[in-house]
Amino acid sequence: MTAPVVTDRRSLVAPRPGSRGRRARNAVATALIAFAFLLALVPLVFIVGYVVQRGSEILSWSFLTQPLPFSERIPGPGMGPAVAGTLLITGSAALMAIPLGILGGIYLNEYGAKSPLARVVRFLSEVMTGVPSIVMGLFIYTFVVLNTHEKNAFAGALALACLMLPIVIRTTDQMLALVPSELREGSYALGSRRARTIRSVVLPSAAPGIVSGALLAVARAAGETAPLLFTIGLVEDHTNWSLFNGTNTALSTQIFANARSLFPSAQDRAWGAALTLILIVFVFTILARLVTAFFGRRQTA
Amino acid sequence: MAVSAPPRPSTPPARTPGLSGADRPPGVVTDRIFGWLALASGLLVMVILALIVYSTVDHAWPWFEKEGLGIFADNWDPAHGDFGAGAMVYGTFLVGLIALVISVPVSVGIALFVTEVAPRRLRRPVVYTVDLLAAIPSVVYGLWAFLVLAQPISGVYEDISSVTGDIPVLETLFADPSKTGLSYMTAGIVVAIMITPIITSITREVFATTPVSLREAAYGLGATRWEMIRGSVFPHSRGGVVSAVMIGFGRAIGETIAVALVIGSSQQISAHLFGPGETLASIIANQFGESTGVYQAALIGMGVVLLAFTVVVGMSARFVIARYERRTGATA
Repeated sequence: MTAPVVTDRRSLVAPRPGSRGRRARNAVATALIAFAFLLALVPLVFIVGYVVQRGSEILSWSFLTQPLPFSERIPGPGMGPAVAGTLLITGSAALMAIPLGILGGIYLNEYGAKSPLARVVRFLSEVMTGVPSIVMGLFIYTFVVLNTHEKNAFAGALALACLMLPIVIRTTDQMLALVPSELREGSYALGSRRARTIRSVVLPSAAPGIVSGALLAVARAAGETAPLLFTIGLVEDHTNWSLFNGTNTALSTQIFANARSLFPSAQDRAWGAALTLILIVFVFTILARLVTAFFGRRQTA
Repeated sequence: MAVSAPPRPSTPPARTPGLSGADRPPGVVTDRIFGWLALASGLLVMVILALIVYSTVDHAWPWFEKEGLGIFADNWDPAHGDFGAGAMVYGTFLVGLIALVISVPVSVGIALFVTEVAPRRLRRPVVYTVDLLAAIPSVVYGLWAFLVLAQPISGVYEDISSVTGDIPVLETLFADPSKTGLSYMTAGIVVAIMITPIITSITREVFATTPVSLREAAYGLGATRWEMIRGSVFPHSRGGVVSAVMIGFGRAIGETIAVALVIGSSQQISAHLFGPGETLASIIANQFGESTGVYQAALIGMGVVLLAFTVVVGMSARFVIARYERRTGATA
């Protein structure tokens, strides 16, 4: 008799013991686990596939730049005001939330650390992450719109900024916590003060993580609809690049409105807007991944 | 191996005492200003949260004042001045529950697939793919479910309904399917897809913290992989999975736009899962535009109620995590 030849490498790691019944149960469980992943793929493929198919029929340069037709019934482009609105509103929200969020994160990790105040702020930013986006919309409506009596891009941007802020704070806090304290000590030993140390030593080494977190926050904000419903006015006759002057519109709110339209022409525009929005969101998501992949690796190497 | 945070930074050199004005070493003022700015940004979170609560409660007050405990009554009828939100509270929890029943088994399955079954080099692509589900905006889910999913799925509802027509409990649950397909169930399915990536990513991290020694002990006793998962991974991860489920539930009840498109906008308590309903978030999105006075106060008030629910759910999840971390010493 020759020694048994091990043909299945896995049998070394997880030997296949037990009766046939137990092995069968194991096989069924493994199959179900793999099936769960396939099940998650189904909606992803269906939705993205359908949006790409329907959206690409109408998506074009003129779709992205032309104003909306004056009647829902008229087929064809465009979504220009909504594209401009989404870029303007999301961009201004990012300009407000990202610097403040990074500063807040710096406070949590570099100044507050484990002090009671920092614990409270950390806890509250977690609570704030869980605030539903529609409630954020109601907040800006009651607090800003009712006081200024104006719906504009700025109010929408404020609502989105409130949604992004806690995300940026928490990512920054977590990323800064990963910076080894030797780096800080080295900087202090060279005579740098705390602000200088944070600016030129700590932040640069945590930058990839922070940037990627901020990009993901932007991606999430760009797709939000609920916070804009009562804040930007939703009037779409012309492209409005002004933050404060006049009402505005956005891709997400256009999709919401046109989805319910009885006219196929409006529904077509909704698909086109959906494809545009998904492209914007995916670009930011992929950028975030690339930042982590490139700079994150260089850092650890 | 869990990455543990390095110790907090040691304190920087103390400020040189006794110097003022021009004698101050360079950087002291910048240092102080920067510190104050950081503190102010941190405190901003507190201020905004306080303002959220104050401003919404303030504008919802006429509703609380008029209805009292009647805010939870099942009598939504703005035309006759009745603003009970009972049906919406019911719908919110029902949709959240349906979403969990569908999403939790799938999420746990995907998490197990990533941590236990998939070959190592497939893990990252699988994680990225599932995360893509989270990148699709809510309104796109809504558009797809409203225009593409609803019609065909109403046929499925009718089939299920006719098959279960004589079975005691199911006959009520599955009765009267809506012709349009817009229903609690459709909303629940869409929300389930949307919360799957969240529950998956948390459970995945929790499963990954199962100590190798526990796994090896199970294999050493002759367990199959499934028996190892049941005997070692699940008991170790119970707390983490529970909190993941709660976080998913918190997200589910706050989901607005997709639900607003597919729930069918019917403000009544109904046991028919295939019939139309309404949630707190969806009614705000659907009716806010046409509201004034107490009507609008009621809609804002439902936002307050929703906020309260999500905060309670979120805090309980946090409590579960804290207890679990104390017990196992694991970081989830």
